[in-house]
Amino acid sequence: MQDTICKRCSGALQSRDTESLQKVWAWLLAGMIAYLPANLYPMLLTSTLTERSESTIIGGVVELVEYGSLGIAAIVFIASVMIPVGKFIAIAYLAISVQRRSMASQHERHKAYEVVEFIGRWSMIDVFVVAILSALVQLDTIATINPGIAAVSFALSVIFTMLSAQAFDSRLIWDADRTQQ
Amino acid sequence: MIGASPRCQSGVFKHVSAALPPLDDLVACPQCDTLHRAASIPTNARAHCKRCGIVLMTSQPAAMARILSLALTAFIMMIAAVSFPFLTLDAGGLHNATSVIDAVLAFNDGYALPLAVAVAFFIVVIPLIRLGALIYALDPLVREQKPRSGAHKAFGLAERLRPWSMAEIFIVGVTVALIKVAGMAAVTIGPAFWAFSGVVVITVLKDQLICRYSIWEALDRAAR
Repeated sequence: MQDTICKRCSGALQSRDTESLQKVWAWLLAGMIAYLPANLYPMLLTSTLTERSESTIIGGVVELVEYGSLGIAAIVFIASVMIPVGKFIAIAYLAISVQRRSMASQHERHKAYEVVEFIGRWSMIDVFVVAILSALVQLDTIATINPGIAAVSFALSVIFTMLSAQAFDSRLIWDADRTQQ
Repeated sequence: MIGASPRCQSGVFKHVSAALPPLDDLVACPQCDTLHRAASIPTNARAHCKRCGIVLMTSQPAAMARILSLALTAFIMMIAAVSFPFLTLDAGGLHNATSVIDAVLAFNDGYALPLAVAVAFFIVVIPLIRLGALIYALDPLVREQKPRSGAHKAFGLAERLRPWSMAEIFIVGVTVALIKVAGMAAVTIGPAFWAFSGVVVITVLKDQLICRYSIWEALDRAAR
């Protein structure tokens, strides 16, 4: 298995990326580690005339529920909690199943991979919410919003998990039946 | 072959057996590596991989000209989206106008500076690079000339950057932010907001028209 170059797009050609799983696990771990401070530290620092407050990801969702905007609370909760956690589980499951050469439900696992690839980017919503809020709400003493450190670690977590999903060589899912035939 | 996808259109693609036809007539599925024999497919049809079901090629005549015009439109609108005011906030006699650039610079604060750079790339720079590369690669093809040097690289880059272009996610984020602020202050939506939304819609339409296989084939044919 040597690397060659595609004659059309001059990309590197590899039959299978033999280090695929190693990269997947490395990026995934980095993503999970970055996800911890993203939840523990504040995402938004709000100060108004009367009070200063900090809100975390979950705190922001709870606030939205209290305002009565359930739909938006659901979007934020899905994008910032369910998608990242679901991605961690899905990628770990895919990597383990490939390592064990599992032949079970190849179609379902391939679907899962496609969903993970497609949906992962959408976690960035919360980072963009923080960016727009902090740019918009700068009214001197009346109200200002500034980004917290969690925004940085959350963005890093999303980027690392995207890289993890991209490092996964989906062809490995289909190799199990080939080698056992 | 194990597990043929129910979505596959039989007769369009045949699995390769025994003797291999010339390499140019073969297509390997980018996701599961199954080899297929390439065939011309009827107009507006899609050919799926027989094993994993991913779309391998689509046939849309005049797609090239449409992709190019959509890319040009999106490029110009993106420039408008960056230059005009995006949102304006009024509360208690105070007034604050925000552009897309201000949203990027929100993280322009010590430890968060790398995030400002990343956000700038995700919502403005990478979408512009993708559009520019696509225009560079496809423009000579539409005018039936030889492709520019590096056209192959440009198209490859545009496709590789696809997951990192997050303009549509930014617009959803803006919507969430608007609802959060709506209670405490009056927000006015500026022209850049509409321009940016236009970029998002046009980019989706454009990406749906792109059939990698046909564009690579066209680039190769034109270079000959």
